[in-house]
Amino acid sequence: MFRRLPEARGEPLNFTLDGKPFSARSGDSVAAALLAAGIETCRATPVSGAPRGPYCMMGVCFECLVTIDGVGNRQGCLIPLSEGMRIETQQGARAIAQEVA
Amino acid sequence: MAEASSITTPAELDAAYDLAIVGAGPAGMAAAKEAAGHGLSVLVLDENAGPGGQIYRAITRSPAPGLAALGADYWKGAPLAADFLAAPVHYAAGTTVWSLAIAAEGSGHEIGVSIAGAARMVAAREVILATGALERPFPVPGWTLPGVMTAGGAQTMLKASGLVPDGRVVLAGSGPLLYLLAAQFVAAGANISALLDTTPSANWGRALPHLPAFLASPYLRKGLALLWKTRRSLRVMRGVSAISAEGDGKLASVRFSKGGAAETLPCDLLLLHQGVVPNINLSNAAGCAQDWDETQLCFTPRLDAWFESSVPGVAIAGDGAGIAGAESAALRGTLAAIGAAFRLGHLDAVERDSRAAPVRAELARMGRGRAFLDHFYQPAKPLRIPPQDDTIVCRCEEVTAGMIRAAVAHGVTGPNQMKSFLRCGMGPCQGRQCGLTVTEMIAEARGLPPTEIGALRLRPPVKPITLSELASLPKTEAATRAVVR
Amino acid sequence: MVAKTPASNETDIAVIGGGLVGSAIAWGLGRLGHAVTVLDEGDIAYRASRGNFALVWVQSKGLGMPEYAGWTKASAEQWPGFAAALHEETGLDVRYEQPGGFILCLSEAELEARRDAMMRLHNQPAMVKYPYEILDHAETKRRMPAIGPDVAGSSFCPLDGHVNSLRLFRALHQSFSRHGIDYRPEHDVQTITPLADGFEIIGAWGRLKAGKVVLAAGLGNARLGPMVGLHVPVKPSKGQIIVTEKAAPFLPHPVVTIRQTDEGGVMIGDSQEDLGFNTVVTNPVISTMAERAVRMFPVLGGLNVVRTWSALRVMTEDGFPIYDQSASYPGAFVATCHSGVTLAANHALTIAPLIAAGMFPEDRFGVFSARRFHVPAAA
Repeated sequence: MFRRLPEARGEPLNFTLDGKPFSARSGDSVAAALLAAGIETCRATPVSGAPRGPYCMMGVCFECLVTIDGVGNRQGCLIPLSEGMRIETQQGARAIAQEVA
Repeated sequence: MAEASSITTPAELDAAYDLAIVGAGPAGMAAAKEAAGHGLSVLVLDENAGPGGQIYRAITRSPAPGLAALGADYWKGAPLAADFLAAPVHYAAGTTVWSLAIAAEGSGHEIGVSIAGAARMVAAREVILATGALERPFPVPGWTLPGVMTAGGAQTMLKASGLVPDGRVVLAGSGPLLYLLAAQFVAAGANISALLDTTPSANWGRALPHLPAFLASPYLRKGLALLWKTRRSLRVMRGVSAISAEGDGKLASVRFSKGGAAETLPCDLLLLHQGVVPNINLSNAAGCAQDWDETQLCFTPRLDAWFESSVPGVAIAGDGAGIAGAESAALRGTLAAIGAAFRLGHLDAVERDSRAAPVRAELARMGRGRAFLDHFYQPAKPLRIPPQDDTIVCRCEEVTAGMIRAAVAHGVTGPNQMKSFLRCGMGPCQGRQCGLTVTEMIAEARGLPPTEIGALRLRPPVKPITLSELASLPKTEAATRAVVR
Repeated sequence: MVAKTPASNETDIAVIGGGLVGSAIAWGLGRLGHAVTVLDEGDIAYRASRGNFALVWVQSKGLGMPEYAGWTKASAEQWPGFAAALHEETGLDVRYEQPGGFILCLSEAELEARRDAMMRLHNQPAMVKYPYEILDHAETKRRMPAIGPDVAGSSFCPLDGHVNSLRLFRALHQSFSRHGIDYRPEHDVQTITPLADGFEIIGAWGRLKAGKVVLAAGLGNARLGPMVGLHVPVKPSKGQIIVTEKAAPFLPHPVVTIRQTDEGGVMIGDSQEDLGFNTVVTNPVISTMAERAVRMFPVLGGLNVVRTWSALRVMTEDGFPIYDQSASYPGAFVATCHSGVTLAANHALTIAPLIAAGMFPEDRFGVFSARRFHVPAAA
């Protein structure tokens, strides 16, 4: 879906998505990192379970919600990727009870 | 030289400021610089990691500095951002502003902010909302499929991450920005399969009376260059209607109608865009009056000559005041700051007016030709008011066009009763993706103008904050009596 | 009876107010075959029906008026049938559930006060009998494992439940056409004039003649009542509410101030303030509510809040409802309460037939008359 410009700078950063290792660049938002890795679907909606992915990339649509380091429903497009981030796709409504446990 | 102080935790905030500015795009940056120049204590609050807003996104930390593909207009943001960062203001990046209200005690306003996961209330005597624009909803079948994004979203990826659309890419929609984005993507080496232009041909008639002003405007040269560039380098299909994204679980193709015939293009990435509209959730929630703009087909705040809203001491600058573009945004920000400095007694009326005069002249020059664009690029009605009943209108709550029409038939007269009945606008995006569509749909179904239908009444927090953050805010004896019983 | 056409300026029964009270009564009347016209306000209005907390709540109701406890319990008993009828008519499941509800106490003092209040409530003569329990921390935690260490204990009543009140509101409105109920939004009522054979109702929209008129206009009843010889001393009581994003189900019971909706969002309420017609959300109150909610259920702390709002309860001085028929102008009725959700079943299935029959029997309803507010002038 997206490829990096050859002249683009940025330090490589490692992260995991649902346990699998990926890498992206510093300066990427979490949502951009996922798209750069070819992942367009980040969650299933709590209403119908329909698949969704990043849409606006500017914090208004709330489609790129993911679980980051154990905390659910974070806006991936507003959160800068950092080294070692543990990102998980979300299936339905946020399971708050399991986050704390 | 002084320079902006970065605020990274709530503890670093002063208790009160003369002026708080929400948004660090062109309007917010210009307002901050101007206000600081008049000796105001200024706090700038912005959601992004760096200044620039959406239009100059990542301008200070570009992954590809000087990249020609982004065009000279983008790089104009660099000196603006440099000036802003050199101004003696407090600047809180990565900060959520979730409420704005008239202070319960004393005078001025109280702003709810969240920085680094912690909430706080900040007081400001004056407030300038420079919350910019967002892309108009594009409610067509399949627009919720992964692989469908806004064209602006893809542009953000280019600016902030140096990522270029790849694979089979289709752009669809209308508006001057669509061609700018297409040109940028092509210049950056993207392989665009097609640009589906949905501008209704009937718009020519509406726009024609505004053509002379356009021909004499700064828009013309830019526009022609863009059209020339894009036409030469990619396949533009005009007169396209009835767009739908298709695919099982993710985008596989885009289907559309051209000249009465249905066509399908396989694609991996569909980028939608049909203009931008003011992002006024915060001003709406703060109670600022707004009116329906018949030309731009959106709600715009009701403002005076200094961009002050119906709520005294709250001004709205930039595209949030009505769409006018980045350069006008900066000028509006400057004027709003001059107005605030006057109200705070830092300027007298004569100083204010003489300081503002050249800015107003430039703003008037920049605005020439805008009416042509607004009329010419009015998005087609079937792409604003979905004719198919199963098209999703509210993405968060998955409310369809058919459900909305049925509710009108049951006697729902406006968006707030609609929200109660169907939950449209109740999800986390707070109606940002459905509000305009719902108003226009009710208006159409009832045969009334949108201005009589009204808008969703928005509620704080306009951006989510955690319950723990809310729980950490100051309490009062009276509040305890109201709750514990 | 024949369903009316929208253009008609005559009706058997005019219901003024299309909120939960008016809608439930209209629905009940429509089902009995009466020609009913509902006159409602527009999109922006003080609508308790859009701001309520959606409990069908029995415990703690009726201290000072045991008949109200009985009336409330009766509504809870009618709720399953009411919900089933709506489901059958509209296909909408309003998700009435009666898992029993808790009132959580955050200190020994609060728990003691709760125990005392429940004892005083149930020691009243003529009090309807129903089970309830006062539970300590351990037993409360056994039944609701998500509670935090600050919860000293609770009271529990198996009759308490909740519903999706917005879907209830929608279902009632959606069923109007089926019963030939003529619903007229944007029909604010200016005056009601008693006639020899009914009432004339006038607004900017025109006039409507009705054989009977039912005042179900919430706070508007205070203004409309005297036009038909009814005294309706109601005033606004502000309540503020927080709602979070959707979460997977974690709360098996409604708590009087916290409930998880069937859609997943968690509602947190509800304050009480007497500030007139003020609906501004205030952070100190929201913060106090949020803090207590997090102490009750620490797991809530990380949930994102998506909205807060405030709405106005329709309150009488003693907090109990008013059901009255005008003595001077028979055929004019008023129904007003602050528990439009809990009492919706009664309004649909009991109040509506009584209005159709033409009277509220004195033995059961005399206690709910506004005559109770007539204080004899001091000698």
